[in-house]
Amino acid sequence: MSATVGNDHQSYFDELITGATAALIGDEVLLANVAGEQTDFIRLNNNDVRQAGTVEQRRLTLDLIEGRRHVAGAITLTGERSVDDTRVASLLTQLRDQRRLVADDPFLLFNDTPTSTERIERGAIPEPADALRDIRAAGAGHDLVGIYASGDTYNGFANSLGQRNWFQSATFNLDWCFYLQADKAAKNLYAGFDWNDELFARKVDWSTRQLTALARDPKNLTPGEYRTYLAPRAMEELVQLISYYGAFGRRAHETRQTPLLRMIADDATLSPLVSISEDTAGGVAPNFQSAGFIRPDRVSLVADGQYVDTLVSPRSAQEYGVATNGAGDGEYPESLSLTPGTIPTAAVSEALGTGLFVGNLWYTNFSDRAACRTTGMTRFATFWIDEGEIVAPVNVLRFDDTAYHLLGDKLEGLTDEAEVLLDASTYEHRSTDSTRLPGALVSEMRFVL
Amino acid sequence: MTDMLIESRTLEDRIRRALPNDVDYASARLHDERSEHLRVRRNELEPIFTDYDTGVMISIWNGGGLGYAATADLSEDGLDRAVERARHWAEMTGGAMVSVTPPTEHPTGVYRSPVEIDWDTLPLDDRLELLHQQSRLLGIDERIVDWNASLVKREVDTLLVTSGGGRIEQRFRFVYPRLEAVANEGTNTQERTYGAGSFCGQGGAEVLARHGFGDAASRIANQALELLDAPNCPSGEMDLLLAPDQMVLQIHESIGHPLELDRILGDERNYAGTSFVTADMFGSFQYGSELLNVTFDPTVPGQLASYGFDDDGTPATRQHLIENGILLRGLGGTLSQQRTGLDGVANSRASGWNRPPIDRMANLNVEPGTSTVEELIGSIEKGVYLHTNTSWSIDDSRNKFQFGCEYGQRIENGAIVGAVRNPGYRGISQTFWRNLRGVANADSFKVMGTPNCGKGELNQMVGTGHASPACLFGNVDVFGGEE
Repeated sequence: MSATVGNDHQSYFDELITGATAALIGDEVLLANVAGEQTDFIRLNNNDVRQAGTVEQRRLTLDLIEGRRHVAGAITLTGERSVDDTRVASLLTQLRDQRRLVADDPFLLFNDTPTSTERIERGAIPEPADALRDIRAAGAGHDLVGIYASGDTYNGFANSLGQRNWFQSATFNLDWCFYLQADKAAKNLYAGFDWNDELFARKVDWSTRQLTALARDPKNLTPGEYRTYLAPRAMEELVQLISYYGAFGRRAHETRQTPLLRMIADDATLSPLVSISEDTAGGVAPNFQSAGFIRPDRVSLVADGQYVDTLVSPRSAQEYGVATNGAGDGEYPESLSLTPGTIPTAAVSEALGTGLFVGNLWYTNFSDRAACRTTGMTRFATFWIDEGEIVAPVNVLRFDDTAYHLLGDKLEGLTDEAEVLLDASTYEHRSTDSTRLPGALVSEMRFVL
Repeated sequence: MTDMLIESRTLEDRIRRALPNDVDYASARLHDERSEHLRVRRNELEPIFTDYDTGVMISIWNGGGLGYAATADLSEDGLDRAVERARHWAEMTGGAMVSVTPPTEHPTGVYRSPVEIDWDTLPLDDRLELLHQQSRLLGIDERIVDWNASLVKREVDTLLVTSGGGRIEQRFRFVYPRLEAVANEGTNTQERTYGAGSFCGQGGAEVLARHGFGDAASRIANQALELLDAPNCPSGEMDLLLAPDQMVLQIHESIGHPLELDRILGDERNYAGTSFVTADMFGSFQYGSELLNVTFDPTVPGQLASYGFDDDGTPATRQHLIENGILLRGLGGTLSQQRTGLDGVANSRASGWNRPPIDRMANLNVEPGTSTVEELIGSIEKGVYLHTNTSWSIDDSRNKFQFGCEYGQRIENGAIVGAVRNPGYRGISQTFWRNLRGVANADSFKVMGTPNCGKGELNQMVGTGHASPACLFGNVDVFGGEE
């Protein structure tokens, strides 16, 4: 049994905005964005269900523009057309009232050259009862804790100029741990469009084998500098931190809030091994943004360790007199890609030799943002490796080091394979962000606690 | 659009009719939210944003299973579909749940945020002018490279009805004011804010005056500039005096989260983490020095996370969590109390209609002591006085932490001798609170909140309240930024 993706949500949105467009007054322009999902969630602890249910939601955001005066609002759609028509009309009336009080928006910019697109990914995701059965069977005898989410997610853009963009996919995402004891656990993720029993079994087997390594007596390391391998999941924590705080955003660069300030205001560089891009074509996020601009397949952000470009939202484009490249208002990468290196992925332990293998980092933040000095914790599977062999799991450690070391002069190499990591975040709605990251071998990483 | 749904008897009747009688227990939690977002950045008004969000979560306990279904479709058909979906989940999960005990109570009650000055008495154009005034006071120097002033008004009405006639109606009114100034010179960027968003609360326009919103902009801008010329915070072990707007974060991360019973039960281990606190510690563990007294108090008028009932319908009361340094009680709602056999509090909360309730902090407050802030400063031979959180990081057991602040002041021989930039400190929760050696009196006590606390799978963001005086800690590892 499998769910299929239909086009009902797309047609509904199209007709709703066509109706709203017909009710516009004079030269008004309407921009509309919808984000929706119908998701089944199963939350587990100790291989039993903690919470399970379904969330069906559709959020509609409207920007109403007349000349350069601009106001915006959002409503939750019910799916019942007469109710939603009334809500849209009521919101537009309120926005017109507010618009009378505002001056021209100097940074208003929207796509006035209609470019319609459609991308629908059809999947074969299991029915919830089947997923629950299979997951609990895999967790039998283990302390399994985590979350399973599956179902349709969709994003749409429409404007009164006739542009229509649609992105829809049916996906599943199982984000789970096998816990051994206390804070020792094997973390894993199985996500995609088509559930494959054999692939899932391989992941379960990998987690089970990691538990064996975690069962050894843990090692306490004293603060100091250690040769370290950062697995792709650990790298994800680092790049997400600097991304969300404006490392690649135009506004953060112009206002000197970027963590990479020393690259643009001084002569700091990253390692020539580091090339970072926003790889929309290789990700799973929509290729359009909320003002209707279409994103290029790829935007180079850092090449060979040198700053190249930033993500520019339409508002920043107006404010700073540069062209937009279809970035969202937050100007952070939604499909970040770090170019792989040459270290054989299958032989990272040998390349590390003796040092720390860090599977995951956790709760990263800045010690000194302007210097891109970061801190955070090791988490889940972190091991001490001696001459390429696992010796013991390592109790949690706090690092405090700059990106100019970790991705700069202390970076020895990157693995030759990059892992695609789908963001399991569900704040407000299921995320469509992803990263494509290799592992990194660092000659010295500073640990402080 | 502005009709309050909880006043709609038709809707309530429809919800009641939809709830089934042939199950062990059923409830419907209606959440109706309206908010207005105003922001002036660099003296330009950004587009006004108005937000409406309404929906209901149906929960059904039956045959040892529990399921929920969340929908925004409040029609008879929509509610019926949600009920059937929740019932289906209950059937699927029967025999597989961590706990199979359904609620037995059908509570009734009402809560309303105290509002002294209705927000609407401050018309929209007056609100915009207020923000323009603050913006002009922030952008006072060419080295101030970015600045903004913002106000968010949020109204949340909830209605919990149960299959046995329970009815909890709660009306929340929130105000979130913010100010921010960013100063730069070369590779040195410094930010100063209005309490990092912590000066929020329940109420109307009076919330603005509680922490001096109208008088803060000039100070914030000048301190951002002052930090450009300030030396880096010194490094080493020293005394640490934390202002209330940093205590917010210290309480939240290293007392609040570790005491959540769902973390202790392991629910959060895949995401937010576990806790160094274990069930056997309650009643005897020396969490802090004898000066440490922490209450869970959802009854504080105007604090961000005050309420009459949690989202399971449990009446909320003030409880001591830590008294004279001894850990007494955890943060867990009725279900977590059943699962652990421990005492808890009424803190089962959801971020909205589309998320099921979990254990959350509400108002978690450090009770005032007896010293004045001046006496605490006077007792410090070598130390720093840190204000306003800017960075937070803690391990998944809530033990090894590192926090950063916007603004620091160096203290030598009992006196403040100058500002320092990029101040930070790190420690271990288990020992940090035992080094609490001074708690200021009510004169410095501030009632604040954290608007965005993330936790849970599904992920949820809720507001939590924190109140504290300034507190003094001994022997703390303090550091500054890069040279």
